[in-house]
Amino acid sequence: MGIDLAFIWAGLIAVAILAYVILDGFDLGIGILFPFLKGVRHRDQAMNTVAPVWDGNETWLVLGGGGLFAVFPLAYAIILPALYAPIIAMLIGLIFRGVAFEFRWRTNRWKTTWDMSFFLGSLTASFAQGVTLGALIQGIEVSGRAYAGGWWDWLTPFSLMCGVALVVGYGLLGATWLIMKTDGTLNSRAYHLSWFLAAGMALVMGIVSIWTPFLDPKFMQRWFSAPSIYYVSVVPVITFALFVALVLSLNAKRDGRPFLISLALFLISYIGLGISMYPFMIPPSITIWQAAAPDESLRFLLTGTVVLLPVIVIYTAYSYWVFRGKTRSGEGYH
Amino acid sequence: MTELPLAIDLARMQFAFTVSFHIVFPAFSIGLASYLAVLEALWLKTGRQVYIDLFQYWVKIFALAFGMGVVSGIVMSYQFGTNWSVFSDKTGPVLGPLMGYEVLSAFFLEAGFLGVMLFGMNKVGKGLHFLATLMVAAGTLFSAFWILSVNSWMQTPAGYGINEMGQFIPVNWVEIIFNPSFPYRLVHMVLAAYLTTAFVVGGVGAYHLLRDRSNQAARVMFSMAMWMAAIVAPVQIVAGDLHGLNTLEHQPAKVAAMEGHFETQRGAPLILFGLPDMEAEETRYAIEIPRLGSMILTHDWNGEVKGLKEWPPEERPNATLVFWSFRVMVGIGFAMMALGAWSLWLRLRKSLYDAKGTYLAAMIMGPSGFIAVLAGWITTEVGRQPYTVYGLLKTLDSASPLDAPAVAVSLAVFAGVYFVVFGAGVFYILRLMGKSPDSGESGLDAGVPSRAAGGIAVYADTNQSQPAE
Repeated sequence: MGIDLAFIWAGLIAVAILAYVILDGFDLGIGILFPFLKGVRHRDQAMNTVAPVWDGNETWLVLGGGGLFAVFPLAYAIILPALYAPIIAMLIGLIFRGVAFEFRWRTNRWKTTWDMSFFLGSLTASFAQGVTLGALIQGIEVSGRAYAGGWWDWLTPFSLMCGVALVVGYGLLGATWLIMKTDGTLNSRAYHLSWFLAAGMALVMGIVSIWTPFLDPKFMQRWFSAPSIYYVSVVPVITFALFVALVLSLNAKRDGRPFLISLALFLISYIGLGISMYPFMIPPSITIWQAAAPDESLRFLLTGTVVLLPVIVIYTAYSYWVFRGKTRSGEGYH
Repeated sequence: MTELPLAIDLARMQFAFTVSFHIVFPAFSIGLASYLAVLEALWLKTGRQVYIDLFQYWVKIFALAFGMGVVSGIVMSYQFGTNWSVFSDKTGPVLGPLMGYEVLSAFFLEAGFLGVMLFGMNKVGKGLHFLATLMVAAGTLFSAFWILSVNSWMQTPAGYGINEMGQFIPVNWVEIIFNPSFPYRLVHMVLAAYLTTAFVVGGVGAYHLLRDRSNQAARVMFSMAMWMAAIVAPVQIVAGDLHGLNTLEHQPAKVAAMEGHFETQRGAPLILFGLPDMEAEETRYAIEIPRLGSMILTHDWNGEVKGLKEWPPEERPNATLVFWSFRVMVGIGFAMMALGAWSLWLRLRKSLYDAKGTYLAAMIMGPSGFIAVLAGWITTEVGRQPYTVYGLLKTLDSASPLDAPAVAVSLAVFAGVYFVVFGAGVFYILRLMGKSPDSGESGLDAGVPSRAAGGIAVYADTNQSQPAE
């Protein structure tokens, strides 16, 4: 064996999904906030802050799905049928959201329609992603190498709560992104919205965090028994500190900081989730190693990933750098 | 031909529907990305205004087509798992890494540089902007490389083993990627994408020349498209023929269905038209040319050509469909070659810009590439049946534990959404094509909200309307 390829890949897939959540999170968030932005000018301005980057952000989702298929084919083959309805809903939502970027500029009469499509698409996709996550945490019924549950197993109060939580979280990312990228009246509006969303985020994170350990005795053990409790207890402490910092930065009108703190909140939630789930790929029965493809597949894709992923990160960063700074009202990127 | 359970038939319909919608956009954007790179290179080299005008004109259409390709493609990447989970579990170790490479080398490249290509003209220098355009074009070709490798492996699997869980496992990556049908399929598809785009560009050029034959930009695009047709169409027919011979070697049942042959015979005829009847095991109303079938397939007037009766009924692809889709594709290929040859004749007579009939023909031929691409994919995919991995994994054994009503509902939803959304997209594209390419064509330019190029931005709060161009 030597190197544990499955473990490395679990880490890489986790990073890809985190990159997706963080990057597409703020542009989905802007879609979620669309009805709360007043007037065409604000909406144009908000959309222009993400128009050049949304497509690259969404590519991380394809990497997550494609990566799962490549290195954990069993997980891919079990999770997707188990979450059939939310996955389809997410895809449909992403269609309406994605084409709105192009379509709303091409028409006057239907512009409002595509704005609505952008909002509902973003909302549906975000909610469906949250439900998917919740359903995965609460566990999936497996027999042999296939999903063994019913069509509606994913639908529980917990998974719906996770859907709401993710919508609120993405909304916060979107609002704090707008604080960073805009000026004038839209910037004030974004501050105003961020206060509500920060409060909402505290509420939903609290509910989901308290709820999760009760789903499975294994989770409970990890969070509330020695010896793991000594180091996992930092998670809630850091979370609390981050919320305090978020409130302070919103109060002090530090334009870039609220967004960075919101990202940190996502990161800490994600780490908490990892603590709960490890070493399972699909709770409660399939571990990372059981789901992994043969080493030869893992090695082959890893070889290229080691080279290509840093390159991708570099030119993605370059692309953000080209479009850095505030997007002024009535001025596009050209 | 076996009857499949309803749920699996619905899943197949869903795959056929979503993949058919999807392939139209990449086919167009592979060709268009390369065309844009050529236009920008010509502009940088000659400094002629007409090239940058054409670039700005087509880049808006590209943005729309590319966006639709992205969203319809994401559906594809998740559909393997939702509807074909057994296939995913079994083929993941072999096909997954190839798709992983597609994402890493192609999708990120396209997405990363698309923003700079669309919005960056004034933010980065000309050189960097051209680099971005080249990267987007390269990305589309890398994407074609990997996904066709995946499809080719399903048609002509190689370089694999099978483990105790029944999964295909990689033994030799070079053999997997460069499996026997891959080089042929890759060339055939990339040429198809180039031809498809050439005919769209030519059709749009022809439309504007019909309205005003002195339109300089329209002349340039029409002329460029006709060069492509004249050169690439014959090359494509040769490539297609070689691909067919490769198919005969590896998938003789598919070729038998394409040719409408049920009986194995020496000196087989070429059936031009007819109605292959799977039940009666014969091609009815056949119009045939004696012995030509053997000549084409075996290069011998008396060569033996296998018919579908060589295989048991449950292992035969549906010849009724494959026979006709193949003829549609080939027919369009020859029509493309004819128009290309005719354009050469017009050039010789110096009357390329005075040929109303030819413009009309080019306009009618504008969408023909899409039809040919779809017909070709139907031929190869239906011809692969009843297998997903040829000879090794049956379609029947590939599906998820599906529930017919759930698949039916999702199919209906996809159908409704696709027609509305992509219908609107095609309408916007046609509207852009309907506008004449002007000198000083604004791409996505300063002073107007980004992405308002080609549309009109109206600010309700100031009642100030800015024409976008």
